[in-house]
Amino acid sequence: MTAVSFKNVDFSYGEDGFHMKNFSLDVEEGELVAVLGHNGSGKSTLARLMNGLLLADGGSVEIFGEPLTEKNLYDVRRQVGVVFQNPDNQTVSSIVEDDVAFGAENVGLPREEIGRRIEFALSAVGMEKYRDATVSRLSGGQKQRVAIAGVLALKPRVLVLDESTAMLDPRGRREIMDVVLRLNREEGMTVVLITHFMEEALLCGRAVVMNRGEIVMQGAPAEIFERHEELLTYNLTLPRIGEICKKLQAGGLPVPDTLDIDLLADSIARLLNE
Amino acid sequence: MNPFPLRGLPLKGAARGRPPIITIKTMQITAEHLTYVYNPGSPFAVKALDDVSLTIEEGEFFGIIGHTGSGKSTFVKHLNGLIRLPSSQKHYKKPKAKKGQPAPVEPSLKVGEFDLADRKTDFRALRKKVGMVFQYPEAQLFAETVFDDVAFGLKNFEKDLKAEEIEAAVKAATEIVGLDYAAVKDVSPFDLSGGQRRRAAIAGVIVTKPEILVLDEPAAGLDPLGKKEIMELLHRLHRDWCRTIVIVSHDMDEIAENCTRAAVFSEGKLVCALPPKELFLKSEELLSLGLDIPLTAKLCAALAKRGVSVGCDFTVDGFVRAVLGAKGEKR
Ligand SMILES: Nc1ncnc2c1ncn2[C@@H]1O[C@H](COP(=O)(O)OP(=O)(O)OP(=O)(O)O)[C@@H](O)[C@H]1O
Ligand SMILES: Nc1ncnc2c1ncn2[C@@H]1O[C@H](COP(=O)(O)OP(=O)(O)OP(=O)(O)O)[C@@H](O)[C@H]1O
Ligand SMILES: [Mg+2]
Ligand SMILES: [Mg+2]
Repeated sequence: MTAVSFKNVDFSYGEDGFHMKNFSLDVEEGELVAVLGHNGSGKSTLARLMNGLLLADGGSVEIFGEPLTEKNLYDVRRQVGVVFQNPDNQTVSSIVEDDVAFGAENVGLPREEIGRRIEFALSAVGMEKYRDATVSRLSGGQKQRVAIAGVLALKPRVLVLDESTAMLDPRGRREIMDVVLRLNREEGMTVVLITHFMEEALLCGRAVVMNRGEIVMQGAPAEIFERHEELLTYNLTLPRIGEICKKLQAGGLPVPDTLDIDLLADSIARLLNE
Repeated sequence: MNPFPLRGLPLKGAARGRPPIITIKTMQITAEHLTYVYNPGSPFAVKALDDVSLTIEEGEFFGIIGHTGSGKSTFVKHLNGLIRLPSSQKHYKKPKAKKGQPAPVEPSLKVGEFDLADRKTDFRALRKKVGMVFQYPEAQLFAETVFDDVAFGLKNFEKDLKAEEIEAAVKAATEIVGLDYAAVKDVSPFDLSGGQRRRAAIAGVIVTKPEILVLDEPAAGLDPLGKKEIMELLHRLHRDWCRTIVIVSHDMDEIAENCTRAAVFSEGKLVCALPPKELFLKSEELLSLGLDIPLTAKLCAALAKRGVSVGCDFTVDGFVRAVLGAKGEKR
């Protein structure tokens, strides 16, 4: 089944400036899709269109086959959990635990279930110790974790992460990615991962590249990264390891293009021992 | 034309280990026994900094790393007086020595000629010298248009600039961070995308040409090319007029690539401050602190396992040079 379907969507914020025209994109249930693109290319706009924070001017956005309209907004939105870019804009409650519970309570889940969800979500983001803390008094990365927990507690059918790990420490980023991959694999959660980390895109089944409100590339991440020159024109780069391969090649060492550390090390070791 | 002409200051030692050209340094940052508690005396008290002593030399491109909540932002907020030392606040009472014990050490912080422990310090003058880009750009954008936002600090610090001068400087700063001046100048900062906002926040700080630039996760939210461009921009400013740059970052590759030294924070304490070349040899320690090592260091480790040792400074170019050099030797 198609989880999210943009069907010939037109959208603009006003007369001039950014607009999307005749935009189409399908995300299948259970898919893990990376959305890449330059600053201002429309990634967050897509996220807002997916949970009805914005409505299309023309065409339709369908969630599990149902077009989003003003009438069914709240029901449909329940299925799509979005963690937005700036966590400050989405804290609703001053205490961490309440903030995480807010969405789940709104859906009207039974109390014990809400308790379990909070446990799960707080431990998934490593914030169990902070359940009674005040959100406004947290560090930047801690706020970001709380925002992620709030959406995880909802266990949405579609999870949209809009640069949600941008300010996490390396371990935190890995842990969140692990949770997301597990939810995707084991519970079939559909995940749309908006990111500027090319390494994260490699973990996804498909990558979509946005440029000025349009999709300009899509396919398996490894295939997309083969089109290196084209990526550059969209302000994107290879994952760092790919750049190192290119530089070694330019210096006369014929390593293959690879995005795998061990493969690259094997090849360098072999070439040096020749 | 270079929109940021030299200020007539002699150039000083830049990143990547170049030796300093002049030796008169006046903008050293020295923290001694810096401790900071949020909400002291309440049940919500959090010791965010714990006896941090750290010197950042003038001319450094200094990195700060550490796990979430380790005290990085709290530390850098001290540098322009956004967070004040207790002794610089009204009604401060010097802690008394307990009987038979030495007097408690009081935290001190000096930024160049400014003594931040002193209440009489001119904090406005300090802010002119120390520019700060916050972790969340939303926290520093507030005007109705991007133009007014970028112009704000400039108007505030340079009262006698003419309108054309302000416009020229704002335009230059906006373009230098990769924004389309004509397209964004009349737009509300809140109608910008996340990365565009970050760029606008950086523009609003560099437009006043502070001698020390402090940036809390400046590249977070920028697209990959934007990240590279911002780091290149910082190097250019560092070469031209900005004496010292301090960045907070979670990106180990960025630290390895750009910094003269990096300080590691953990639970409010300073663990060490080392050049990347030495720091990233400590992979186990860094991993145990929730951090990581750069890709180049991972590759060096993977090569070592295969019996190939390449010593490098952990920059990408340094790594490539080391590998190609090793190949050359074989021949
Ligand atoms: N509320 C708004 N009003 C008017 N224009 C807006 C608004 N929000 C975004 N825009 C514009 O729409 C374009 C797309 O913005 P969007 O936030 O979707 O970009 P993005 O791809 O998420 O970028 P980033 O990587 O920087 O987060 C940008 O040019 C932005 O200036
Ligand atoms: N306004 C505040 N009131 C109370 N406690 C605070 C406040 N701001 C931060 N803290 C606490 O102080 C500690 C250090 O926070 P700080 O913001 O300095 O961390 P950080 O290293 O910048 O983390 P991050 O990488 O997540 O941005 C954290 O435990 C945090 O919860
Ligand atoms: Mg965005
Ligand atoms: Mg911080």
